[in-house]
Amino acid sequence: MADTIVAEKKEASFSFGKKERKLLSDPLNDNNPITVQVLGICSALAVTTLFNKALVMSIAVVFVTMFASFFTSLLRNSIPKQVRMIVQLVIIAFLVTVVELTLKAFAYPMYKDLSVFIGLIITNCIVMGRLEAFAMANTPYKSLLDGIGNGIGYGVILLIVAAIREIFGKGSIGGIKLIGPSNEFLIDTTTSSIFGWYEPNNLMVLFPSAMFVIGALIWAHRAWNKKLVDIS
Amino acid sequence: MADLANLFIKSAFIENLALSYFLGMCSFLAVSKSVKTAFGLGLAVIFVLGITMPINWMINTYLLSETGIFGQDFTFLRLILFIAVIASMVQLVEMVVEKFSPSLYNSLGIFLPLITVNCAILGGSLFMVSKEYNFAESVSFGLGGGFGWFVAIVAIAAIREKIKYSHVPPALRGLGMAFMLTGLMGLAFMGLMGIDLGAF
Repeated sequence: MADTIVAEKKEASFSFGKKERKLLSDPLNDNNPITVQVLGICSALAVTTLFNKALVMSIAVVFVTMFASFFTSLLRNSIPKQVRMIVQLVIIAFLVTVVELTLKAFAYPMYKDLSVFIGLIITNCIVMGRLEAFAMANTPYKSLLDGIGNGIGYGVILLIVAAIREIFGKGSIGGIKLIGPSNEFLIDTTTSSIFGWYEPNNLMVLFPSAMFVIGALIWAHRAWNKKLVDIS
Repeated sequence: MADLANLFIKSAFIENLALSYFLGMCSFLAVSKSVKTAFGLGLAVIFVLGITMPINWMINTYLLSETGIFGQDFTFLRLILFIAVIASMVQLVEMVVEKFSPSLYNSLGIFLPLITVNCAILGGSLFMVSKEYNFAESVSFGLGGGFGWFVAIVAIAAIREKIKYSHVPPALRGLGMAFMLTGLMGLAFMGLMGIDLGAF
């Protein structure tokens, strides 16, 4: 008995060892929320038209997964099993409301751009999935790390997809022109930037292209990491 | 009445929740492996969208807005109240269906709780607010959106059942292919976007 208590105390300490590092790094590759667990796709598709939008969304999701896991883990022993979904949803909804109001106050154009998709973080399956799968059974500190890891794993994919879509769809990243004809192209034909011949492909800005890009990412990820291949 | 029918068609096909807005993708991809289960989940989504949309409309209009009974702007509580309504409605629907129609309950079974976190439901309610529909329109939008989602998931399940027998590169099998297919279906549905049904 005494041994288990000691062991538990050790678990609860705020060390940062190999195990904790794994909690952070696992969601980046072997257990990526988007390409392996297939959670949180909806917002990944809708907000990746522009790099800046995806960046704000990723930060918001990291914030929400982090604290939702933390608070749920703190309360995990006092939540009755039958109503746990509603309790979790209220915690998430509270955090998302904080994010929404913050954006509305400090970055109104971005808030308008993201429209309903900030609200949809509530039903982003990553948050809920991590609460159910991890935070309900682990200590607050570990859940916090797991939340951060999964939020970042999600954000990385989001940023990759957004970068691909924006560079081929608009010829820019984060609003900075990189390829394709420059803005003054028609006035002065000599000022075209690098790859001036490239005509931005509007398909990449439309919704279906996100599907193709994520599908291709999954393909590449599984071709590289063979143990993830679906054998069924 | 014609307007409501138009709105139904529009929300079901032209602005399909699954294939034009890509809402509810998690369950859309996870549960579309066979037509039978896809059918069950699709029915449950129609059911819950059709019920929660009018309720959320009433909450938004009579409780939260400035013209409601409290006379004050409570819209910052919208997200929390909407998701609470959806979660409790799903629980309620589950209990009612279990009591009165065990056969339907058995066919929907595990899918009902899944619906709480289906973004199509919450997304539908949020779209309803941002598009400022009235009560009848919100009912029509809810049912139409649910029907569109149902059609989409059954269609992709049918394609995925067939594609099992095709020669797909190993790394693309399963999930990767499902993404590509959904993208292609989305492209096809974009062809409907030009249809003009009137003032909506």
